Amino acid sequence: MKNKYSIFSLVRNAVSYHQNWSQAWRSPDPKPAYDAIIVGGGGHGLATAYYLAKEHSITRVAVLEKGWIGGGNTGRNTTIVRSNYLWDEAAHLYEKSLKLWEGLSQELNYNVMFSQRGVMNLGHTLQDMRDIVRRSSANQLNGIDSEVLTPAQIKNIEPTINISQQARYPILGASFQPRGGVARHDAVAWGFARGADRYGVDVIQNCEVTGIRQQNGSVTGVDTTRGFIAAPKVGVVAAGHSSLLADYAGLRMPIESHPLQALVSEPLKPVLNTVIMSNAVHGYISQSDKGELVVGAGIDSYIGYGQRGSYSVIEGNIAAIVELFPNFSRVKMLRQWGGIVDVCPDACPIISLTPVKGLYFNCGWGTGGFKATPGSGWVFAYTIARNTPHGLNAAFDLNRFYTGALIDEHGAAGVAH
Amino acid sequence: MLSIDCPWCGSRDQSEFSYGGEAHIVRPKEPEKLSDEDWGDYLFNRKNTKGRFEEQWCHTAGCRRWFNAVRDSQSYKIEAVYKIGEQSPDGIPE
Repeated sequence: MKNKYSIFSLVRNAVSYHQNWSQAWRSPDPKPAYDAIIVGGGGHGLATAYYLAKEHSITRVAVLEKGWIGGGNTGRNTTIVRSNYLWDEAAHLYEKSLKLWEGLSQELNYNVMFSQRGVMNLGHTLQDMRDIVRRSSANQLNGIDSEVLTPAQIKNIEPTINISQQARYPILGASFQPRGGVARHDAVAWGFARGADRYGVDVIQNCEVTGIRQQNGSVTGVDTTRGFIAAPKVGVVAAGHSSLLADYAGLRMPIESHPLQALVSEPLKPVLNTVIMSNAVHGYISQSDKGELVVGAGIDSYIGYGQRGSYSVIEGNIAAIVELFPNFSRVKMLRQWGGIVDVCPDACPIISLTPVKGLYFNCGWGTGGFKATPGSGWVFAYTIARNTPHGLNAAFDLNRFYTGALIDEHGAAGVAH
Repeated sequence: MLSIDCPWCGSRDQSEFSYGGEAHIVRPKEPEKLSDEDWGDYLFNRKNTKGRFEEQWCHTAGCRRWFNAVRDSQSYKIEAVYKIGEQSPDGIPE
């Protein structure tokens, strides 16, 4: 591999004061035609292009991004990775993704800083605990690591947490997935962009798709702000803007876009060991390698494309975090932002063929798409290359909204993004 | 937080309201005659408009009545509110 990152390249570039690092990926002008176009240069889109090239030898591929790489939800999430979903279909899909995460830094020759520090889902009511035991058992049957912890065991792993029975919603227990954790979200986008670029994929930024052309029921290409680009296959991976792209093709989607917020604190010394999530009090928190507390809030109830949300949502979220960790009450928050998430009625994604031949959609990841980035790209690349879904995403097609075979993951998706 | 003009109670904080999604979805008169595709379309598919959008709100912690609003889903500005059964300002009949 040309320009492989290694200890030697680091030393070599250190000698020249890091002035001579080459570009991680090219910025080519769009060609008139490709074998496949991926609309959306987020993590999922870039991963799709990468696996199209690597697994299916389709390298005449363009990734069209209206903004910049990693500027959308890929750079706006709380970076949590886990696979503890209830139903078999979802568990297998997310577990495939987690397995890919485990080798991703080596695979991409790019440090995505995947840290398997464990993910804890807290229970605060008896029903929470019944659900936790059920989901944990379901995970074990699917070969996914999961255990149920008592408050004392939680305290042992996370000493700063408040397990007092005097709390408004005392902690009764938790499920724990030790292989879960966090990753560096920008690095995931950059790593996949660099990886795809090396196979010859054109990653084209500042190129917004403004129309999807079709002829006799087959897709022929896309109109963009940089002109028409032809391709017999178009994969749309546009998260919050999926409905708009579906409109271009005359399709209707079971998706609603909502603002989802997150915020980070000033950097602190290490204080959190794992990722802590709570559906009942509605908050989730982890600590980045820079020391910032990364806090995730909920979605605003209304449809919104504004990449910002209501202050009241953050207020409720912080109240929950302070209840779990009273010693965080004086921590200063530094930044707060929103992303637009594409929410599906059953809290599961759509990775599907469409009524338009050659047009594929990968959307509806809602509040929890980051963890699925490599797996989503892997199955979507298969779907596009073979024009048929892989066994892992067959259940996630558009038809489930007509057959009624929904995959209700509200419990596992819930707050737990 | 949005400030929403309830057509009955006047301007109140958003926290008093519940969101009801897309407005003017007409329930099929004879659902048993619909194909699975049409029924699924009615149940699940939504406009999800970016821009001016007719939507339903309920003043849950107030008069508890439903009404419609025209809101810009990008700027979040509420441009009009109108009662259920009234035509939308953009001419969508009830």
